[in-house]
Amino acid sequence: MMRFSLSEEQTMLQESVDRFIQDSYSFEFRQKNIATEIGYSENIWKQFAELGWLGAALPEAYGGIDLGPRATMTIMEAMGKGMVSEPYLTSVVFGGSIINQFADDSIKSSLLPLLISGQLKIALAYSEAGSRYSPDNVSTTATAVNNSKTTSNQQFVINGSKGMVLAGHCADKIIVSVRTSGDRRDPYGISLFLIDRDCRGLSFHNFQTYDGLRASEITLDNVTVGSDQLIGQLDHGLSALEEVLDRGIAALCAEALGCMSALFGLTLDYLKTRKQFGRTIGSFQALQYRMVDLYMALENSRSMVVVATESLNGDASVRRQEISAAKIQINEACHLIGAQGVQMHGAIAITDELAAGHFYKRLAAIAATLGNSDYHLGRFVEKYQ
Amino acid sequence: MSHSTHEKLASFRQEVRQFIQNNLPADIRQTVRDSRLVSHQETVRWQRILFQQGWAAPGWPEEYGGINWSPTERAIFDEECAMGGCPPINPMGLSMLGPLLIAHGDTRQKQRYLPTILNSEETWCQGYSEPGSGSDLASLQTRAVREGDEYIVNGTKIWTSGAQSADHIFCLVRTDSTVKQQLGISLLLIDMKTPGVSVRPIIGLNEMHFFNQVFFDDVRVPVENRVGQENAGWTLAKAILGSERLHLSRTGENRGLLEDLIAIAKQEESDGKRLIDEDWFRRKIGSAEVRLKALDYTKQRFLQKVEAGETVGPEISMLKLQGSELIQSFDELLLEAVGHYGLPYDPAWMLAPRTESVVGPEYAGTISANRFRHKGYTIAGGSSEVQHSVIAKNVLGL
Repeated sequence: MMRFSLSEEQTMLQESVDRFIQDSYSFEFRQKNIATEIGYSENIWKQFAELGWLGAALPEAYGGIDLGPRATMTIMEAMGKGMVSEPYLTSVVFGGSIINQFADDSIKSSLLPLLISGQLKIALAYSEAGSRYSPDNVSTTATAVNNSKTTSNQQFVINGSKGMVLAGHCADKIIVSVRTSGDRRDPYGISLFLIDRDCRGLSFHNFQTYDGLRASEITLDNVTVGSDQLIGQLDHGLSALEEVLDRGIAALCAEALGCMSALFGLTLDYLKTRKQFGRTIGSFQALQYRMVDLYMALENSRSMVVVATESLNGDASVRRQEISAAKIQINEACHLIGAQGVQMHGAIAITDELAAGHFYKRLAAIAATLGNSDYHLGRFVEKYQ
Repeated sequence: MSHSTHEKLASFRQEVRQFIQNNLPADIRQTVRDSRLVSHQETVRWQRILFQQGWAAPGWPEEYGGINWSPTERAIFDEECAMGGCPPINPMGLSMLGPLLIAHGDTRQKQRYLPTILNSEETWCQGYSEPGSGSDLASLQTRAVREGDEYIVNGTKIWTSGAQSADHIFCLVRTDSTVKQQLGISLLLIDMKTPGVSVRPIIGLNEMHFFNQVFFDDVRVPVENRVGQENAGWTLAKAILGSERLHLSRTGENRGLLEDLIAIAKQEESDGKRLIDEDWFRRKIGSAEVRLKALDYTKQRFLQKVEAGETVGPEISMLKLQGSELIQSFDELLLEAVGHYGLPYDPAWMLAPRTESVVGPEYAGTISANRFRHKGYTIAGGSSEVQHSVIAKNVLGL
């Protein structure tokens, strides 16, 4: 049976991130931040590094503090409250855990210290046009080049394109899923390569998403990479990719929880202060009952975030179900709390000025990221045989 | 949670499971498995077996025959009972009145009533609702007028489950109508055989007899049968509901319905394949199972808070609210699964195994009857609307 409450260590971590958001990451700051060229602040990123947050779940040997997935959960939840736009999910959760768990020692020892100290960012390119959220649907190919008689470093040439690469615009390195054998939907034959941002044949089309974040479409045109940049085993990359995506989903669910609790708090305050017809609008039963439904969705999400996070330590088939169940619960809650948070604020929340509307946008984006409810429900019901 | 705690709970679960396997009578298990109505006799028979084992009253202190189980252990016990096909216990004595007497009864009341509740020799029913007082319970009108050492009780109670077989009723009565409603209510223990008490059966939507109306016509009740102070009954009544709220999520019952649903969907055919293989139906089951998971884990989270000594307040109402609504969602899916074979109906199918062949699959026979019964879950014990109001007011401060 899992423990739901935070340990003392995690509580302290949560308080320190909460305090940082409160002191240094106001809504006004956040809006200015996302309006900059890169959409986040390198200065803030450096502070995250100095505070130890970039290595919170990574090994001490590389400069981390090794507090496990609960630390990631705690940090992401707190960041959700401030709608932090720095690329923590993609660089630290995806990049950090994929390197830490699946890369060989030489890559780990060269990259993790840089990542933890804030000098290196990594993005994950797993999706393609037409693959939607499925990591096993890969048509980008990596073909072995037949000229490596003298060296153990087999060369591969990658061709194809990847879509919706979160925070691709600022990544120094990209982890890309490619097909090294099999057909487009084969679970076998998928491999993960680490490629440099400025390698020849790699081009980025960067764009903004409606929540103020950045993503990229990536084209790989005869990109050459050596087998020394292979992460995990050749052709066996899918299970690693799925595991890392599940880590990302758990973290994203935690961010959603923070985001929802912030919007819920704003809405509750508003119901208690806004007056219409000579009384606070929170005295109307129609709004009271709706608010209770939001509250239950929030509390259920709080439970499922812990469940998702704890499942990362366990068996893969259980993890798969718990992660999908959590993402479904959180997606539904994102829609409910996002939409009703705006509705109960009234017209003021459909302006650019108020935080409520921006929480709504971020929540809607989260629900569509790393698997919407339809995708995860499909994954969840696979067990009914 | 430490490794040793984890192991201790796992072995506790195993012990409970084993006990149920060895001691639950096969006929009662079959009644539950077939989703038929568990009779009063069957319930009492099972409660006596639990009593022999010392497990009749998990929520009571040890000195009164209870067990020192943690809330989590108790939840495990409830889950194993639900999954093992045990009939639900009759909560009136064991879960509601018993804890109330332990906390607020006098020595005589404890000595007179607790032992027979514990061994199921006597059963109880609850006299709360009245024809004019449903969700607005505090407006109740049944009057008790003091006359020497007795109260003279006049009025009527309704929706009294089990009144037809109960030995006693614990009853909220008005002892002062000059003050604010909540401050003029007392709690009386009344022997059902007292002259002037009569019971009228109320037949439910499923054509079965669950509910009753109880009439009090100049019923004389000794003053010593009043629990707590005169006019303190409302606080006591709320305490009863409070002590049981943690266990009202119906997660075990919901899990049983989920398992039935999956089993039925594997047997039903749709368009040349199994219903469970139809994507549109699988997804409906999946959505309901995700709701159940969220409810179950939230319940566990609250239980852990209680064990850690934190205060868990009226937010617990959300468990009852969601658990009862989820039961109804599973009922709808079960009916959908059997299609029009949910229509053939005979209340006798709820009472005994079907002997002659009837239309439709065997498992379809009780789905409708249970569905009609479960409609009461969102109405009784504080309707969904009352739960919403409780959370809005007492948790959200609206």
